[in-house]
Amino acid sequence: MKYIKILSCAALMTGASFGSAFAGCGIESGRISILANDFPALHAVVSKAEECAGGAVTFAKNHTAKHQELQGPALTANPAEYTAKIVTNGSIVPLLTDGLLRPLDDLVAKHGQSLGKNQLITIDGKIMAVAFMANAQHLVVRQDILEKVGKPIPATYEEVLETAEAIRAAGIMKYPFAMLTKADWNLGEEVVNMYLGHGGEFFKPGTAEASVNNAKGVATLEMLKSLMEYSNPDFLTYNTGAVVPLWESGELAMAEIWGSSMGSLLDDEGSTPAVVSNTVPANAPTVGGGSNPASTLWWDGFSIAKNISDEDAEATFIALVNGVSAEMVKANNDKAVWLMDAYVPGKSAEGVSMVAAAGAEPYPMLPYMGLLHGAFVAEVPDFLQGNESAEQTLADIEAAYTASAKEKGFLK
Amino acid sequence: MTSSSKNNAPLLTWFATSMVVLWLLIAIGPFIWTVWGSFKVEGDFFSKADWRNAIYGVMTIVETGGSYTGNGYYGAWIEEEFWFNVFNTTVVVFFTVTISLTMGTLGGYALARSGFRYAFWLLILALIFRAMPHITLVSGYLLPFFEWNVWGKLSTTIVVLVAINQPFTLWMLHSFFLNIPKDMDESAMVDGCTRFQAFRHVIIPVMWPGVITTGLFSFLLAYNDFAITSMLLSSENQTMVPRIASFLGSVREQGNVMFAVAAVVSAIVPLFFLVLFFQRQIVSGLTAGAVKG
Amino acid sequence: MLLFIALPIASVVVQSLFVQHEQVMIEVENCGPFKCETVIQADPDATAALRESAPLGKYNALKTYTNRNHLAFDELGDIWSTSETFFGFVGGVYNLPFYKALFFTLTYTFLVAPSVLILGLFIALGVNRLPELVKGPTIFASLLPMIVTPLIGSLILFWMVDADGIIGATLQLIFNNPDLSLKASAPLTWIMLIIYGIWHSTPFAFVVFYAGLQTVPSDTLEAAQIDGASRWQRVRFVIVPYMMPLAIFILLMQLMDGLRVFEPIVGFSASAKATSLSWIIFNDLFGNAKLYGSAAATSMLTIIFVCIILTPVLIRTWRDFNRKGI
Repeated sequence: MKYIKILSCAALMTGASFGSAFAGCGIESGRISILANDFPALHAVVSKAEECAGGAVTFAKNHTAKHQELQGPALTANPAEYTAKIVTNGSIVPLLTDGLLRPLDDLVAKHGQSLGKNQLITIDGKIMAVAFMANAQHLVVRQDILEKVGKPIPATYEEVLETAEAIRAAGIMKYPFAMLTKADWNLGEEVVNMYLGHGGEFFKPGTAEASVNNAKGVATLEMLKSLMEYSNPDFLTYNTGAVVPLWESGELAMAEIWGSSMGSLLDDEGSTPAVVSNTVPANAPTVGGGSNPASTLWWDGFSIAKNISDEDAEATFIALVNGVSAEMVKANNDKAVWLMDAYVPGKSAEGVSMVAAAGAEPYPMLPYMGLLHGAFVAEVPDFLQGNESAEQTLADIEAAYTASAKEKGFLK
Repeated sequence: MTSSSKNNAPLLTWFATSMVVLWLLIAIGPFIWTVWGSFKVEGDFFSKADWRNAIYGVMTIVETGGSYTGNGYYGAWIEEEFWFNVFNTTVVVFFTVTISLTMGTLGGYALARSGFRYAFWLLILALIFRAMPHITLVSGYLLPFFEWNVWGKLSTTIVVLVAINQPFTLWMLHSFFLNIPKDMDESAMVDGCTRFQAFRHVIIPVMWPGVITTGLFSFLLAYNDFAITSMLLSSENQTMVPRIASFLGSVREQGNVMFAVAAVVSAIVPLFFLVLFFQRQIVSGLTAGAVKG
Repeated sequence: MLLFIALPIASVVVQSLFVQHEQVMIEVENCGPFKCETVIQADPDATAALRESAPLGKYNALKTYTNRNHLAFDELGDIWSTSETFFGFVGGVYNLPFYKALFFTLTYTFLVAPSVLILGLFIALGVNRLPELVKGPTIFASLLPMIVTPLIGSLILFWMVDADGIIGATLQLIFNNPDLSLKASAPLTWIMLIIYGIWHSTPFAFVVFYAGLQTVPSDTLEAAQIDGASRWQRVRFVIVPYMMPLAIFILLMQLMDGLRVFEPIVGFSASAKATSLSWIIFNDLFGNAKLYGSAAATSMLTIIFVCIILTPVLIRTWRDFNRKGI
């Protein structure tokens, strides 16, 4: 079966190269239309899936940063505007809550032999998505600077503070450290990471009541504040687009970044060879004596809309299985940390692999997690700017969360 | 009106001119900087090491060999097919401006000439509509548009842009028509013209400055809109601004900022000719004479 | 047109009065590439049944308006009774997201709108005196700040005011303070946003005034000149009154646009230091949360504020209409 598929894809390749309108991948007809975020790894997957178009198979795609805003209404309509949505463990949650996704068990059994067991996302025993890449935030360090101050690669955030102080004391850099602390989704993510690193629980077990106003919460905020002592005062504007160029210009010695940014740190554009050759990915540090790294694991995967015909669902599924085929991985090996067997991890993937191996938690797939994340974003900047105490901030977070959770019906 | 008062106050002239020059510096400084920087690589234009790199192009020499590079333009226009977005923008802008000006001229004239109070209330309604943040409106439109299968079409976007624009256009043209003395068309009507003939023969010839200025604003709204076009168009038929935004990258990935910079510079060029062309209409002394007569 | 105007407003009003149904939660086991875990999840089928019976959600009257994320009446009462000094009370109120945003929005609006009006008039008068030949390019150049999409304009300016950018570095030099950063301090961020607002909106006032200047009857001006009016007197007593409808129009637009201020906050990554009402709406609608009721309530409150602030201007327009009607 697997051979047949590879053969048919090969036939498609030759077919396409001779300019015929031969529909490949064994799909005869159907509508394929994919909504996805807008970055190179997803372009690779979707373009590969597009090879299945032709003949009676229509194909459309939409790569947009607004995918999260569009997905709800687009999949609610009947028939759904998009037959497939590329999701993450964050963006799949609202779709699950609204019941807009189709269980994939039958399709996986029929067409999914090439998919690995670890790729199948099951929810309540039903396969709801197929993951194909992983991502996580981890530390990256400048080997040469660490050697200058005689420090090893820090394994805990406490060591990060020590090392940063040593670098500052040695007069090498005033602000040697940076994290993605822009006062939007990024900062919320850092709070989530740090809180999980402390072994914290976001909610009272079995309920949707937030419980972050505790010793671990205080420790989380205090640690972030201490770290920001060693980060440029502009830290509340730092996102990937700001930190990566900073790193490339050699202004940082340690940074916490997304695994997917490693590629651009290690390429030869925008930086000097001295910086690039000393850029080393490291595990995300642990914090407060915890055993898990203070980072969350993310996956990207595809899921199929519920409000479409079986024929379209099948066509879309086959096309996307082709999209995540070994062939695609081989052609785009370094664009992401792929979950498929064909992937050969390079240096840029080391950080994410270490985070996963060290047992970091996946980002919580709870329907009300987004609300708490939003409350972090709204309230934590006040604390980091020294306007209020950690306890006050945590109380504000819980109050803001409660108000929005009531509106969404998660709390009475 | 200017010629008579030009030479009688040298100090005033000097003051006025230097203020205009200062304003010009503030207004165009960032764009000269951008145009210059668009021929450099990202490491220079957004240099963390030293901002003077953007002037001399240190990294540009290292990476491309010359101190200028067209890579940003090549990337945006050839690799990313930016011309397609330019085409979409042209379509959206043309229809938005035409439709909203046609409706706005007729409506604005009627409002300005009607002594009735409903005109006032209609304007209040229009203003409230303008006061509402666009994003609130768009998220309300999304589900029905998907249901009716009209989402992602240029025509839908045009209708929405016209609707959002219309209160503004009406209010502005209404203000301009108020400035045209009522006796002009009334005297025409006394001479036996119908209301429409008065409009056709008396008002149209003198309304151009107002219409063109208003048109300029509809144009800019349609041309620059991000909130609406990014939510109502698919990446397959995007207009320029959301496309430029997509060059900038997302949460987890760094984008290709120089493509965006090059695209922005390219997007300004047609505007230059447009303004140069239409400012003559605004400037033309014809208006003053017409109002006077 | 009525369809596009009346329907959304009506739907926003209705939306703001409802909250979502109580979610029926179930315990499920989720497995992903990293591990399996038991979590509670919303049960879509049960919720769908509830939604079927009442598609709008649960009627909540004005409670969304009064909850902590909006007018926060309960919290205000608490702060009033617990805070000892007046400043303690103000500090407590400022800690509430809605009032914080409102404070910035109003400051921004009331500083930007008059500045834009005055600056625009003077530039228009100045440009009007220029020789014909340079007028065209000058008009184009003056329009640039408005023409370029705010998204990119603010990105470039944001870069220029960076501590390592051209303006930021120059300011550090002028004030002889190597730690000066416009992005790090809240007051400087406010000033930066307001200056950006003026820079971005002045062309609008300029071009409207400039077009208006072309229609000023020249015989009136000449008559004034013959009567011995100075240049300033001519501006004050002939041009300004003549341009009054345009000035009101610009003021209205600027007040409304100011109250909707949003793009610069995103473009300058300033949300940690300054939030606006529109920013709150954006934050509620986008991202994972999708708080439609909340966003609708904030939109309604914005409109109410617009009406309150515009009342004086509208009363004036109302009088104009009446005068015209007679």
